[in-house]
Order: sequence, then structure tokens, then C-alpha cells
Amino acid sequence: MGIALQLLFTGLGVGSIYALVALGFVLIYRATNVVNFAQGDFAMLGAFAMVVLCIDLGWPYWLGIVLSVIAMALIGALFNLGVYYPLRHRTFLPVIISTIGASILLENGVLAAYGPRPQSLPGVFASQGFSIGPVFFDSQYLTILAVTVVAVALQYLFFERTLLGKKLQAVSQDKEMASLLGIPVAFMIMLTFVYSATLGGLAGILVAPILFVSVQMGASIALKAFAASIIGGFGDVTGAIVGGLALGVIETFGAAYISVPYKDAFAFLVLFVFLLFRPQGIFGERVAEKA
Amino acid sequence: MSASAQAGSSPGVPRRRLVGAIVCAVAAAASIAIPLLLPMPAYSLNLLMQASTYAIAVFGLTIVLGYTGQINLAQAAFFGIGAYCVALGTTTLALPFWIALAMGVVLAGVAGAALGLTTLRLGGHYLAMVTISFQTILSLVLTNWIPVTRGPDGISGIKRPWVFGYELTDSGVYLALCIAALWIVGFFVWRLGHVKLGRQMQAVRDNELAAGVVGVDTFRTKVTAFTLSSVLGGFGGGLFASGFSYISPDQFSFAESVVFLTMALLGGVRTPFGTALGTALLILLPEWLRFLKVVYLAVYGAAVILIMVFMPEGIWGFAASVVRRVRGAGKEIAAPVPPLPLTTRTAQASGEVLLSVRKISKHFGGLKAVDEVDLEVRRNSVHALIGPNGSGKSTLLNVLSGLYVSSGGEIVLERASIGSLPPHERAARGLGRTFQNIRLFSAMSVLDNVIVGAERPGNPVEDGSVQNLARAALGFVGLADRTQQSVSSLSYGHQRRVEIARALAGNPKLLLLDEPGAGLNHVEKDELVALLKRLKGHGLTILIIDHDMNLVEKVADHITVLNFGRHIADGAPGEVLRHPDVIAAYLGEVKDRAAA
Repeated sequence: MGIALQLLFTGLGVGSIYALVALGFVLIYRATNVVNFAQGDFAMLGAFAMVVLCIDLGWPYWLGIVLSVIAMALIGALFNLGVYYPLRHRTFLPVIISTIGASILLENGVLAAYGPRPQSLPGVFASQGFSIGPVFFDSQYLTILAVTVVAVALQYLFFERTLLGKKLQAVSQDKEMASLLGIPVAFMIMLTFVYSATLGGLAGILVAPILFVSVQMGASIALKAFAASIIGGFGDVTGAIVGGLALGVIETFGAAYISVPYKDAFAFLVLFVFLLFRPQGIFGERVAEKA
Repeated sequence: MSASAQAGSSPGVPRRRLVGAIVCAVAAAASIAIPLLLPMPAYSLNLLMQASTYAIAVFGLTIVLGYTGQINLAQAAFFGIGAYCVALGTTTLALPFWIALAMGVVLAGVAGAALGLTTLRLGGHYLAMVTISFQTILSLVLTNWIPVTRGPDGISGIKRPWVFGYELTDSGVYLALCIAALWIVGFFVWRLGHVKLGRQMQAVRDNELAAGVVGVDTFRTKVTAFTLSSVLGGFGGGLFASGFSYISPDQFSFAESVVFLTMALLGGVRTPFGTALGTALLILLPEWLRFLKVVYLAVYGAAVILIMVFMPEGIWGFAASVVRRVRGAGKEIAAPVPPLPLTTRTAQASGEVLLSVRKISKHFGGLKAVDEVDLEVRRNSVHALIGPNGSGKSTLLNVLSGLYVSSGGEIVLERASIGSLPPHERAARGLGRTFQNIRLFSAMSVLDNVIVGAERPGNPVEDGSVQNLARAALGFVGLADRTQQSVSSLSYGHQRRVEIARALAGNPKLLLLDEPGAGLNHVEKDELVALLKRLKGHGLTILIIDHDMNLVEKVADHITVLNFGRHIADGAPGEVLRHPDVIAAYLGEVKDRAAA
């Protein structure tokens, strides 16, 4: 029982990271109808920004976080201009491929600049954590969970309670109509990219102390986050969060009780099962193309 | 390129095709003879071996992505299946090369078919994800299933094939074999682009919805494409393993799948010439760009984005479009063709009911877009369905052609219930249609668009004459001299006529026209009325939806009026248009129209 609770805690922590990246996927998908295959690289860039600022330059941790988040917002804007904007009138396929190209560019750009050696980053708090009964609450996992809860709550308030949030929703539902109503659609999409990149970067910053910071870290997080968003119901915000948490838990239990080398396969097996039996995911609705 | 190679009526085309065939034959013979006759350094042999076996796998992407428009991010996995079958078959199992290769090809094909069957009903993003998942799982298995795959160390000592009693230990001879295989596979892939299956694939790529309505079994076509693609992946991989005699799991990772994809896109994914060119470039490029080594892959990622932005059809597609522009469109001479079969008929108003719709409904959540509508269309009549905006006309048509699943009711065509059939099977029963917002296969030529229509299952026509049938249909709508043009270069009015020709070429028993007058100017509308009258004169049964009362009055024998999803009037044009409910429904719409 103690072990199961411990695994549940760890799984939720890992799952929160997937959920944050999955949210980025879903928001961009809703705004542009395109899946951004470089979403995981935002996490990787966020983590590397922390390494550069806090370890190489030795700046304080909080300043590193603030500057990294700002840097990610800028990268999101640049990404929108360079990768999405020129292709915005094409079908989804060229855009997907362009984001794959961006992913190769970002990973290998960092590789060329930084070399293949994985870096490590200390946690936010000096304390390792504390125990309650048989369960050890690691401070970094607690931080991840807390930040995820706050981020999701803020996002909810932003989309439901502010005019800008409503405009963004309008753009994701009907671009033409939104544009006729005077909403600057291109700018709104740019904001979506900025926000998604920031969210991805935040996930990277949070997960960096747990994993090693390497150029490949983004790809595996992104694949699982994408799987999570399909399991939750593609395009659904709640689905992304629930799917991410569920996947983190499944993976942690699978690694503990079934097989460690095949840990990464569980996410995809669960995904296959969903695609076969419930392709619309937990919360999704099947929508038909309009003739 | 693929479209212009169709045998056309433009005078230069046959000669150009002959020259092309001769150039290809000479190039093939030379490229096979050179490694056989000239000694080559091992370094060049290896590069060429890699290029030729990779290119075979990349041809698979021409089929699945280039022709069919479905993304496959697991080609390296299929390549790996072929390679591991040959590697394990010729070492652990001590099988002859050819049997091991056949195993690899079959296994890759089975894996591709299984993957396709489970996921191709879903949209493109899912396919991208599923192929990545498959790729990731396969890489994990290759690395971790050490007793069988020998894990990360890989497999060495892979055997070469025996041909006529000789083992091809000489790498030059083996390379010649690979290049011969490359040419053969390349030829078949090129041919595929010009036969029925290939046209159907392209139709699915350009407009899946329209392809289904025209009679293409879109799901089966996609699964076929995916399977063929994985078979080629396995074949290339098998040749690769034997060529290098050593393989390891990292050669078949997701990164390699991305490399395959980039090769196809860089050269031009829609023709095997392009994919071969892209493969060669991307294998030679790193050798030439050694000075960039550290940033090479970053440059490569940037190149992918730039290709997508500036050369969406790759180098070959870009070059082909430049050539086409320089050469200009030759004046087409319309060749004489036999008349359209339906035009040999004459009208015999039998009064028999062809289509009968009983209590059909379509609900979207709480909205009853179509609510228990009854409708009877008699053979050889033109039946119009009218009603204000939002009255459910288009929804009803989509239910009839199978794009929407009805929420209740029955559809009977020629005494057979078709209400539960998918769109392509309804097309096979003789239901043709056009769309309000024109849905053509935009990257195909005018003629190929109409040929896809002529090739509908159940169309009473011999295989050889579909081209003539398509030409006849184009002639009937007055576009006999536009056959070789790309449909996207035509005007809106002409595109509409191509769509009608596409439906006519399938010899429909019942033609559904969804607002054929929408967006046409006065002249085009008059031409449309004339065309509809001619069709009516030949006794074609038509169900037409339109807003334009003038148009409807001129052609309809019978009018049904819908409002708010319900049937409000039915009868001959004169009496229906004077019906008080109809007038009320339409007066209510006047201001809406002014606003639109």
C-alpha cells in the first residue's frame, strides 16, 4: 500500500509535466488545427535556458526562472513567425512537416552549441522533501504539482473571465467570423504560440531537476504528452490534463511492476488501445467534416 | 509531371514521352553497367548502396504521402523490419537470402496493413502519432529483446544472396542488383501514378470527401497505400542489411524516419523521380558539407522548413513547374470521341419512382436540421428541392449521399435500401453528386478528375474506354479542349462544369446537384440552365437544390419545399410557387438575402 501511494505521488508528478506540455499542444491545435511537433522542444529549451543562466552564469535561481520564461515567450513568437505564419493558408500536412523541421533545427542547434553531455540542475528548494508515513514527498514533485494546479487555474480564469481569453476562444472556434468581428486573428494565434511555448518551457524548467537536461528530453516528453492529449480527447483542455496525469501514473506503475526497459512503451500501448476502441478519447466528441 | 505524362491530345506529348522513355532506359542501363564494369573504391560503393536501398524505401513515401496524402513517420521501422528479417534469417536461422528477404517484405507489409487498418479511419494527426508510437515501440524492442535481436550491439555477418549459383560477395555486383531493383520499383511506382488505383489515391489526397462520393473506397485505398509503402520499406531494408553485412538498432530510429521523410519532401514527394533525387542529395550532402559537421543537422532542420515554405513540391516539382511555364500550354485540339452513353438515350417519362425517402431525419444534438421529410423522385424527371437558408436542404443531400448518417428514416434507390451504405457504395449504386462549394481533386488534371468519376464501381463501361468516356463527359459540358489543364487553373464556372462532368462520367442513375448556380454570373447561369435542359432532354433523373427561383422554374418538373427541416409543400412548379406557406417562408428570407 505504501509503495502504491508512493508510486501514485510520483506518477502524478510526472503526469503533471505531460499535462503541461499537452495543454500547449491542445491550445495550438485549437487555434490553428495543426499539431506542433516541436512542442516538446520548448520544454528542452526552457531547461537549457535554466542551465545557462543558473549554472554557467551562476545567476540566482528565481532570476533564472523569470528570464527563462521571458525567453520562451520570445521563442514562441519567433516560432510562430518562422514556422507557422508563412504556411498558415496551407493544409495541415506542410505545417506538421515544418514543425518537425523546427524540432530538428532546435535540437541540433542546441546540440551544436552545447554538446551532447547531459547537464543537471538542482531543485527549486534545498530541502529534499519530507515523509508522511510510508510516503516520501519529494519537494520537486510537490513543486511540479503545485505549479500545475496554479497554471491550470490561472488559465481557466484567463480564458473564461477576460476579454482577451474570450477573443482567443473565438479565434479557435471560427477564424473567419472572429476576423469579421475585428479580432486580429494572426495576432491572437501569435499569442497562442507565445503562451504554449511558455507553458512548455515551464514544464522543462520544472522537470529539469528530475531528469538530466539533454537535447532529447523534449522529444520523449512531447510524444507522451501528445499521446496523453489523444487519450484525454484531442482538442479538449480537461482531457489534456486528465490524460497527462493518467499517463504519468500508468507509466510509473508499469515501470515498477512490469518492466523498466519498456517503460516508454506503456504510453503507446495505452494509446493504441484508445485509438482502437475509443478514438475520440475520454472527453472528446466525434465531429464529422462538413460537406 | 505526373499529370502531364497522361497520353493527351496535345501534339508534342507522345514524342516527349518517347524521348523520356529512351532517356530513362539509357540511364538505367548505364547505372547498372557502371558498378558491374568499373572498379570503385569501397567508400563510393557504400554510399551508392545506401542511396539505392534508401531510395526504394523512400519510394514507399511517394505512394503513401505523395499520392495518397497520408503521413507515415515510421518508414525506418518498416525498413528495420526488412533489415532484421534478412539479418536474423541469414545468420541465426541460416536461411537463404531470398527467403529471408521475402519474410521481411511480408512481415513489413503485414505490420503496415495492421497499422493502417486500425488507424486510417482517423484523421492525419492520429496517423502521425500512431506511426511515431509504432516506431518508438519497435526501436525499444530491437534494443531490449537481446536474446533475439542481440540488442544494441547489432548483428554482423549478414549473408549476401546467391544468383545463378554465385554468391554476390563482390560489392560492385551487389550494387548493380540494388540499382536494378531501384529502377524496377521506381518504374512501378511511377506507373501506379497513372493507373486507376493511383488516381484513386490522388483523389483521396486532394479531397477525401469528394473521392468517397465519386465511388472511391477511401479507407481501402488508404490501407492499400500504407501497406504498399511498408512493403517497399521492408524491401529496401532487406537489401540494405545484406549490402552492409552489419546492422544495429540505431539505424532504424525515429530520427531515420524523419530523414526518410525529408528525402522524399526535398526531392518532390509526388513523383519517384523527385524522391530518388532527394535521397541521393541527402546522402551525398553530408559528405559535401563535412565542414559544417557540427551544425549539419541544424541546417538540415532549417532546410525542411524552407522547403515547405518555398518549394512545397520539392526540387523536382519546382523544376517541373518552371519547365511547364517556359514551355507554355500548347493549344489543345479536341479529339473526336464517342458520345456520352446517357446521351444516346431518349427520355421516356415512365413515372416510376427511382428514389424514395421516407421520414428521414438528421439531428445535430438538439437541432433537428432535417425532420421526418418524405420525398419521391421519379425516373427521368428533374426534381427541385428548395427552401430558405438553413431549411435543411444541403443536410438532406448529405444524408442522401451518405456523408451524414441519418438519425432515422429510410432511403430507397431502385427498391433497394441504401440508408446504411457508405458514400462509395451509394455511388456504386448509381448516385452521383456535385457540391455547393466545389470539391475537385485540385492537384490533378481536368481529364484525370473526370476519369476518377468514370472509374466508379458499377459503371457499365469497359476498362479501356474510361478515358474516352471522360472525354465525352467533358465534351458534353463544353470543356473538350481543357483536358490537360490543372483544374485549379480553371475559372470558377468551368470548375463547376468539371464537377458536373465528373458526375456524368459515372453514368449516374440519379444526379444530385447541390446549388449548381451558386457563385455563377449571369452568363454562366444561362449556360448552366442550357446544360441542365440538355441533360433533362436525355432523360437523366436529377435532384437539384437551389436558391435561384428562376433557375428552378426553368428546369424543374416537380418542386419540394423545405422550411426549418420540415416538408411544407410539394407539387408542380406553378402551384408550389404560389402556395401561401412557400411565399411566407420566402418573404421571411428576403432581408437575410439582402444582408448576405
